[in-house]
Amino acid sequence: MNPDRRQFLGWGAAAVAGAALAPGLRLIELAQARSPEEAASALKRWGLLIDITKCADCDDCVTACSDENGWKGHGRPETDPQWIRKVSLRDKRTGYAQALPMMCQHCEHPPCVDVCPTGASFRRDDGIVLVDKHACIGCRYCVMACPYGARSFIHEEITGQKADVPRGKGVVESCTLCVHRVDRGETPACVEACNRDGGKAMVFGDLNDPAAEIHRRIRSEPSSQVRADLALNTGVRYQGL
Amino acid sequence: MRFPAAVAVALLAAAGLVRAGDGGTGRVPVPSPKIEAPGQCVAPTAEMRRNHMKMLLHQRDLTVHEGIRTPRFSLKNCVNCHASHATGSVLGKDGFCSSCHAYAAVSIDCFECHSPMRQANVAAVKP
Amino acid sequence: MASIQYREIDGRSAAFRTLVGALGILVLAGLAAAWYMEHQGHHVTGMSNRIVWGVPHVFAVFLIVAASGALNVASIASVFGRELYKPLARLSGLLAITLLAGGLSVLVLDLGRPDRLVVAMTHYNFKSVFAWNIFLYTGFFAVVALYLWTMFERRMNGFTQRAGLVAFVWRLVLTTGTGSIFGFLVAREPYDSALLAPLFIVMSFAFGLAIFLLVLMAAYRGRARALGDALLHRLGNLLGVFVAAVLYFVAVFQLTNFYIARQHEVVRFLLIDGGVYTGIFWIGQVLVGGIVPLALLFAPATRGSRGALAAAAACVVAGGLAQLYVLIIGGQAFPLAMFADKEVSSSFFDGVVASYAPSLPEVALGAGGMALALALTALALKVLPFLPQSLADGDAGSAAP
Repeated sequence: MNPDRRQFLGWGAAAVAGAALAPGLRLIELAQARSPEEAASALKRWGLLIDITKCADCDDCVTACSDENGWKGHGRPETDPQWIRKVSLRDKRTGYAQALPMMCQHCEHPPCVDVCPTGASFRRDDGIVLVDKHACIGCRYCVMACPYGARSFIHEEITGQKADVPRGKGVVESCTLCVHRVDRGETPACVEACNRDGGKAMVFGDLNDPAAEIHRRIRSEPSSQVRADLALNTGVRYQGL
Repeated sequence: MRFPAAVAVALLAAAGLVRAGDGGTGRVPVPSPKIEAPGQCVAPTAEMRRNHMKMLLHQRDLTVHEGIRTPRFSLKNCVNCHASHATGSVLGKDGFCSSCHAYAAVSIDCFECHSPMRQANVAAVKP
Repeated sequence: MASIQYREIDGRSAAFRTLVGALGILVLAGLAAAWYMEHQGHHVTGMSNRIVWGVPHVFAVFLIVAASGALNVASIASVFGRELYKPLARLSGLLAITLLAGGLSVLVLDLGRPDRLVVAMTHYNFKSVFAWNIFLYTGFFAVVALYLWTMFERRMNGFTQRAGLVAFVWRLVLTTGTGSIFGFLVAREPYDSALLAPLFIVMSFAFGLAIFLLVLMAAYRGRARALGDALLHRLGNLLGVFVAAVLYFVAVFQLTNFYIARQHEVVRFLLIDGGVYTGIFWIGQVLVGGIVPLALLFAPATRGSRGALAAAAACVVAGGLAQLYVLIIGGQAFPLAMFADKEVSSSFFDGVVASYAPSLPEVALGAGGMALALALTALALKVLPFLPQSLADGDAGSAAP
């Protein structure tokens, strides 16, 4: 058996195994969706993997986030909230240009949680960093501390909120990783939109789950964290940076 | 725990007013919110009147911090069932929440952030 | 101490009433500004998602830092045993309390949800420097109040030294906490230095003494109370030393930035091409807050003049506000460094210097806090005997222990 033939057979076997297993994996994933009375578990670590070489010249993720969570501008860019934004990069020496979506990185050691005086800024057991707006006093120290500029302070009264996404004046907010969707077993709105209309650059999943695509890819492909020097162990990882 | 205490005081005061106003001479008219689905609540009326804020507070912390989203005591479920069929809201002059709270002079800030509107296509959970 | 006669100030003169009235109007304006900001939301201020702390925080931090510094005169008397300063200890303690009250009022009224102050008092995250400071501030009130009690109550006089020592240590920890609010912000290059804690301590020495001098001179002006030249001269020299120390710490702080390659852009921004912040740094902080007061205090032409001393103290206050403006607002205006060696741009003002223009409500709130501190001081001086009848050189120096 020559090597080429052997390799071909190997790939074929892998493909057959993949086709047989894929629906099963999907079933397992669905079966693992948490029931409503079950608390978020520390066994999970929700994360995002964003391949910026595929990040298209669009802002579908931003629009989807705004629609899902009900944040929108009031024509005052400096005080308007942005939970997710497209950031353009250009290398100072080579001129190489890239773009990527930037949002809360859902750190394992979030500076915003460290500095919050009341504990309103907190990290849920499954790794999602949130603001308990019932306890937020609006001091904005977390905005000072966040290395990613991911947080917004709500500068005006808000009406017409989404039922799943309460928002109000005088507190700080940021990307929730669409926690209300994740708790229903769905993916965040940005990921859904990117994979439907955009460059299919985003993958959402449990970083701890060996069966999850995100786990497999960060194991076998290069990826990086923004400001890895701060050792925050972010839940959002980038490829192609 | 100041809030429940304040509510209790306000309710006592309200009860006093109602009694004084039995002859129809009370200065503040007793609110008459329309109950859209009478007798269908998640707990008996007397318990709800006395303890709804405790239920909401307990559920609030469970939901925000642990992601427990059982519908029974969730604010969204309350609103979906109790919002007026006319306005779709629990606020407003005869709103389920606002009319009683205005009468009892207990201000709530739930709806500065939470939506007071019934959500379409959502079946409210019964007991 | 029996030989020092403390008296309430008269407080019936037209000048006193005008002063308290004017301060009252400023306090009301500050309250109105806070009410306006809370009801409209913070979009009516100059603050934004990039400059989240603005002019109110400049005033608040200035007052808090000055509060701990104002206690120094008392510490010198009680802890270091300088009899000359003993008659001034009560005023020193009073200013520590009133300045802190003014600063905290501004901080609290600027919160997005000041109605939730009770949450801040009942829920603590003990890893937060802010949470430590809540204890340090409230504890400072208690410690200084106790210290003042040992001074006022004759039977407690024996404990003054010990209370003074506790208060002195407390105030050092407190200012360390205030500096660390910024010093521990690892994500922002303009802060992120343990040097900010000692820098804040020397700043507190200078700002606190400057305000103390201004209040002392105002209280003894045009009244039948004597204020000795020798005493003022000593305080003036001390102020000069503190101002020089602030300049020294600022120089070391910037020098480290010059040395470390990744900090080059920060130092360029602050000292060379940062526009308004560079201007305020050199003209406000260094010239008005440092060089001019040093010249006024030590140049042969003005040395020993009371006018020059008052002018120098006023310059230190103005320079201190400028310094905190550059530190707090300039530090936020400098863009976050998320990607090394990349030019960054976005709709959220990444990669650009954030713009900020102070708004009237912010200035009114900050000035209101300062007015509140001074009004509380004036009223306390009228109600309780904080000030000695005479601070003439012979009287002050000969005070018995």
